[in-house]
Amino acid sequence: MTTVTAPATPSGEGTAGIKRARGGGLWRYLLVRFLLIFPTIFILVTLVFFLMRLTGDPITASLGDRLTPDQLAERIHEAGYDRPIIVQYLEYLGQVFTGNFGNSITDGRPITEVLWTYGSATLELVFYSLIVAFIVGIPLGMVAAYFRDRWGDASLRVFAILCYATPVFFAGLVLKLVFSVWLKWLPVAGRASTRTEIKLQQLDHPTGIYLIDAIQTGSSAAVWDVLAHAVLPALALGLLTAGVFLRLVRTNVIGTLSRDYVDAARSRGVGEFRLVRLHALKPALIPIITVIGLQIAMLLGGAVLTETTFEWKGLGFQLAYYLSKRDFVAVQGIVALLAVIVALTNFIVDIIAAILDPRVRY
Amino acid sequence: MSAAVSTRPVRVRPPWWRRLPVLQQLQQSVGLQRGMLVAGLVITGIFLVVAIFAPLLAPYRYNQLRGPEGLFGAQQPPGPDHLLGTTVGGYDVLSRVIWGAQTALLVIIVAIVLSAFLGIALGLLAGYIGGWFDRITIVIADAIYAFPSLLLAIVAAIVISGGQSSLWGGILAAAISITVVFIPQYLRVVRAEVLRVKSEAFVEAAKVAGAPTSRIMFRHVLRNSTRTLPLILTLNSSEAILTLAGLGFLGFGIEPSAAAEWGYDLNKSLSDVTSGIWWTSIFPGLAIVLVVLGITLIGESLNDLADPRLRARRKPARTAEEAVAAEEPVAREELGEVL
Repeated sequence: MTTVTAPATPSGEGTAGIKRARGGGLWRYLLVRFLLIFPTIFILVTLVFFLMRLTGDPITASLGDRLTPDQLAERIHEAGYDRPIIVQYLEYLGQVFTGNFGNSITDGRPITEVLWTYGSATLELVFYSLIVAFIVGIPLGMVAAYFRDRWGDASLRVFAILCYATPVFFAGLVLKLVFSVWLKWLPVAGRASTRTEIKLQQLDHPTGIYLIDAIQTGSSAAVWDVLAHAVLPALALGLLTAGVFLRLVRTNVIGTLSRDYVDAARSRGVGEFRLVRLHALKPALIPIITVIGLQIAMLLGGAVLTETTFEWKGLGFQLAYYLSKRDFVAVQGIVALLAVIVALTNFIVDIIAAILDPRVRY
Repeated sequence: MSAAVSTRPVRVRPPWWRRLPVLQQLQQSVGLQRGMLVAGLVITGIFLVVAIFAPLLAPYRYNQLRGPEGLFGAQQPPGPDHLLGTTVGGYDVLSRVIWGAQTALLVIIVAIVLSAFLGIALGLLAGYIGGWFDRITIVIADAIYAFPSLLLAIVAAIVISGGQSSLWGGILAAAISITVVFIPQYLRVVRAEVLRVKSEAFVEAAKVAGAPTSRIMFRHVLRNSTRTLPLILTLNSSEAILTLAGLGFLGFGIEPSAAAEWGYDLNKSLSDVTSGIWWTSIFPGLAIVLVVLGITLIGESLNDLADPRLRARRKPARTAEEAVAAEEPVAREELGEVL
C-alpha cells in the first residue's frame, strides 16, 4: 500500500512521502502497520455509510415503488432510519466493530452469512486468477527484459497493454464465444454442471471451494468438471493481472540485469538462462509481492465483473444481484466487508514484503 | 531572472510547439519506442476525430430504431443496411459504437478536469503545509487508493444518479465516481513532487526575497512539479474508459435512449454470446480495447522516456540547440527558472 503509487511507476516513489523513523526495525514496523489497519477500515466504512445515506433511506430505495406511503413510513420507523443520521452512524460503527454488517432488505439474510456462502467461490476464482497471472506474467516479463527493445520485447509489451486494455467482461465474452460456443471445448457458465453440484451438496463437510470438495468426492469426473468450468473465468480475470506482472518483472529485471554482479556472474561463465532466472529475477520479485496487495483489491473489483459474465455464484455475482434489486443495505454491507478484507490482505502482504526486504521497513 | 539569462552563453530556445509535452518526447524517441508512441498517437487521434464528428460519421442516431423502411429489427447480422448488424434492442451497432466514442470522451474530460483540479490542489496543500493536514490527507488517500476502484465508483454512482440516468446525469455520475477514485493518485504524485521541489534552493531564495506563500506555491512549486502529470493524465483517461464501461456493464450506465455507451451494450449482448451472436459484443468491446490501447501506448512511452532505467538510446542531437532541447526539462529545474 505504501510502496506503489500507480501501475506504470512501479519503482516505488510512494515511499518518498513517508517519514523515516529513526531506528525501529521489524517489530516496530509490524506494530505501526497493524495500527494503520484501523483508520483504513474506519475511513472506508464511514465513507461508504455517508455516501449511501446521501441517497435517502434504503427502504424507500428498494421497496419505494411497491408499498403505500403509510407502509413505507412504518417500515422506515421499524428499521430506525428516521432517527438522526449521527445516531444511525454510531450504531452502524458499533455493529461493524462486532462483525455485524446488517441484514439484506430483499431476502433478510445477514450479510455475514452471504459472505460465508459466496465468499469461498470468489476466493477460489481469485486464487486461480493469481495462478494464471504468475504463470503467464513472470516468465514473459523475463523474456521481454532479456530481449529488451527488440521485436520480442515490443510484442510482449503490446500484449501486456492489451491485457490491461481489455475489460475483464469483454475478455470473458470473447473467450466464451470462441471456446464454449464455437469450439464447444469448455462449458459456457457456472461453477460446475448440475450433476456435479448435486454430488458436492451430498458431502458431509463441504468447504464451498469446489475443487477441494470435488477431490473429497473422489470422482475424477467431478474434478475435471470443476476445473473445466474454472478455466475461462480464471483466464479472463488472470490475464488482467498477468499484464501488470509482466510489466513489473520486465522493468525490474532490466534494472537488475545492468548491475555489476550480473556482469560478474556472466564473466564467470554462468549461462544466460541461469543468469536471468537466478541473478536478475530474484531481486525483481520483491516489487511483485508488494503489488499483490493492490492486485488483490483489483481482482476483487474485477471478480464482480467476471462473476457476472460467467454466472459464477460468488460475492461479486451476489453484489450485482443486490445492485439490480436496489438493496443498498446489502450493497453497503458487502462493500464494507470487502474493505475489511482488502485492508487485511494489504497488511499481510506488507508484512511479507518487510520480512523479505529490509528496505521496506520504516 | 532575465538578467541571469542574458549573461549566460546564447541559448536559442526551440519554438514553443517543440516544447509541448508529447511532441518533445516524440523528438527524443527512437526506434520501437517511437513506433509505440506514434501508434498510440494515431489511435487516440482517430478516437478524438470519431468522438467529435460522431453526428456526421454515424449512419443513424444512437437511439434510432426505425429507418425509412420501418423497424431495423433485432439481432440482424451485419449486412448492407447495417454494416455491423443490429443489437438485441434493435439499434444499429455501428452507430452506437461511433456515438459511444463521444460519451467516452465527455466522461474522460469531465473526470480528468475535476480530479486533476481537486487532486492537484489537495496535493499542493498537503505537500506545502505538511504536518497534521498532510498526514490525515495521506491516510484517507491511501485508504481510498487501496480499495477496488470499481466498487467505489458503484457507490458513487448510486449516490449521484440513483442508478439510472439521462445523458448528462449519466456522464456526470460516471465522471464524478471516477473522480473520487482518481483524486488520491494526483494528490500523491503532486505531493511527492512538491516535497522534492520545496527543498530546492530557488524556493528558499524566493522565501528570502519575501515572496508571498501563494506566489511561491503556484509559480515556484507547482510550475516545477508538473512533470509527471502527462503520464497520470493518460493513465487516468484509459482507466476512466474502463470504469465507465464497468459501470455500464453492471447496469449503472446511461440509458440507451439518452446516449450510446459501450459497457451498456456489452451487458445487453451477454445472452447473445451464448447463442453465437457475435457482432453485438465484439464491436463495442473492440472499441474499448482500441481506445484504451492507444492512450496507454502514449502513457507507456512517456513513462519510458522519463525513466532513465528504461530509456532507450536517445536520438543523437544533430545541433547544439537540439542537445540543449533534449536536456531542457532538467536544465530548467536546476536553474529554478520559472517561466
